[in-house]
Amino acid sequence: MLNLEDNSRVAVIGAGPAGTFFSYFLYAMAERVGLDVQVDIFESRDFSKAGPPGCNMCGGIVSESLVQTLATEGINLPSTVIQRGIDSYVLHMDVGSVKIETPLQEKRIGAVHRGAGPRGNLETQWESFDGFLLKLAKDKGTNVVSGRVEEIRWENGRPTVKVRGGEPRLYDLLVVAVGVNTATLKLFQDLDIKYDPPGTTKTFICEYALGKEKIEDYLGSSMHTYLLKIPRLEFAAMIPKGEYATVCMLGKKIDKELVKSFLNSPEMKRCLPPDWDSQQEVCRCMPKINIKGSAHPFGDRLIFVGDCGISRLYKDGIGAAYKTAKAAATTAVFTGISEDALRQRFWPKCQKLERDNRIGKMIFSSVGLIQSFPFVRRAILRMVSKEQQNKERPQRMSTSLWDLFTGSAPYREVLMRMAHPFFLSRLFWNIMIELWPFRSRKQKRRSHEDQ
Amino acid sequence: MKTSELGKIFADGEVIIRQGDAGEVMFEILDGQVEVLQEREREEVRLAILDKGDFFGEMAIFEREKRSATVRAHGQVRVLTVDKKILLRRISEDPSLALRILERMSHRIRKMDNELVRMRIEK
Repeated sequence: MLNLEDNSRVAVIGAGPAGTFFSYFLYAMAERVGLDVQVDIFESRDFSKAGPPGCNMCGGIVSESLVQTLATEGINLPSTVIQRGIDSYVLHMDVGSVKIETPLQEKRIGAVHRGAGPRGNLETQWESFDGFLLKLAKDKGTNVVSGRVEEIRWENGRPTVKVRGGEPRLYDLLVVAVGVNTATLKLFQDLDIKYDPPGTTKTFICEYALGKEKIEDYLGSSMHTYLLKIPRLEFAAMIPKGEYATVCMLGKKIDKELVKSFLNSPEMKRCLPPDWDSQQEVCRCMPKINIKGSAHPFGDRLIFVGDCGISRLYKDGIGAAYKTAKAAATTAVFTGISEDALRQRFWPKCQKLERDNRIGKMIFSSVGLIQSFPFVRRAILRMVSKEQQNKERPQRMSTSLWDLFTGSAPYREVLMRMAHPFFLSRLFWNIMIELWPFRSRKQKRRSHEDQ
Repeated sequence: MKTSELGKIFADGEVIIRQGDAGEVMFEILDGQVEVLQEREREEVRLAILDKGDFFGEMAIFEREKRSATVRAHGQVRVLTVDKKILLRRISEDPSLALRILERMSHRIRKMDNELVRMRIEK
């Protein structure tokens, strides 16, 4: 069995959340058992720079469950990193909009910039989220090696890592924590390992500089989500941040036309100032996201964590990075770094995420069905509105949508809640009301105006 | 409260949890201080002052008992709630998450032991 020993050297490629969480927790666990290890983290980005050089391309949401889990770990995100505390969601559909508030009316979700903000950002008030996590890892003892990794080799069963212009360095364990948008993943194709990269899909992210006041007036502390009947669009969201609003889109084969249809939709326009111009974004990207995890993200002295291994479908990628990174660190310290040890302890945690993703796929397909039937959309809107008006009622639809859109609960739990007979009978009842033939159009309109 | 802050603000003297209530959440102090009080025979006894980075309300989560003490804001305080359901689910997935809570609870027991010894000696 291969194990980490005193003076073992660990290489982590990528200083995004997966890499920094791994380094942080490896040191934390090693400290507990009195093990002395040295971690080098390789990163080519500079998180203090605005725009692409410092950004890991993501919507920038720290989910409710991750905020709470990190707090339990003793990691509290400071107000210099949180661009905006989110306390509610507004669900926009063609049939109307409804606000879903957090339990206890508390700001439980953090909107962050992964780097130092969009292209051209000159604000110095906020810190980068990735930069903050990297600082935590550095404070634990992690050594940061700046530069692009250009070669990975195996020498006598141990990995070596070489950065551009540097000498190869020998390690006892290699942890790959890169995203799915980097060429670094190609370095593993020629190695004799069983790793295959994850399945991906393209997303669209852009930022609009609206200014603090307009953000407050038009978006407030709510994340705005859109379930619209636009072909190929699965889901879209707008996230308020300090001076900016971030727009994210998920869908099939996202292209310019799909982006244009969404940005010009009346549901999107009604959330923004009248002088807003969809063409005037300050930064945009079309990054890939992991939608099907790698089938074998580990080997002897080798672990893939975060996006390049297993992630969470559509939601809470940072939370998934935390989970896989911590599982890898715990395994490395307490069980070992051989393929068998990782299969025994690390792999089951990844499989659990992947199983849950399959349920997530099923739920998002049914969301697609909702988009096809206006009476179902009206019934959902009605159900949520009634629940939000009377908080004493069971919040069946509100909590299900909340967990689905925030990624706060596993998809399995969301499905169980949606399959509950009380949920289904309530939904059925609301659908019946919407389909009731004697309900005049005027009544329907009035009922939705009330909402 | 700043727009870029998480959690919820309680004003000085405001009760955050009340002794005898059912407990479904624990709290992490993000900013400020709280005082922990126990009511006995209509008298309030201050048990502790807790600071930023500390947490409270965890006993009711693990023991399924009513809140053992009242916690009030000592000056303005900002706290983050941690849901019982989220916490227990995460601990079942990753038991090491409970280590910090165990550490703090063990620290409190050590402090109480010292206090008990001091009181017995004084008697």
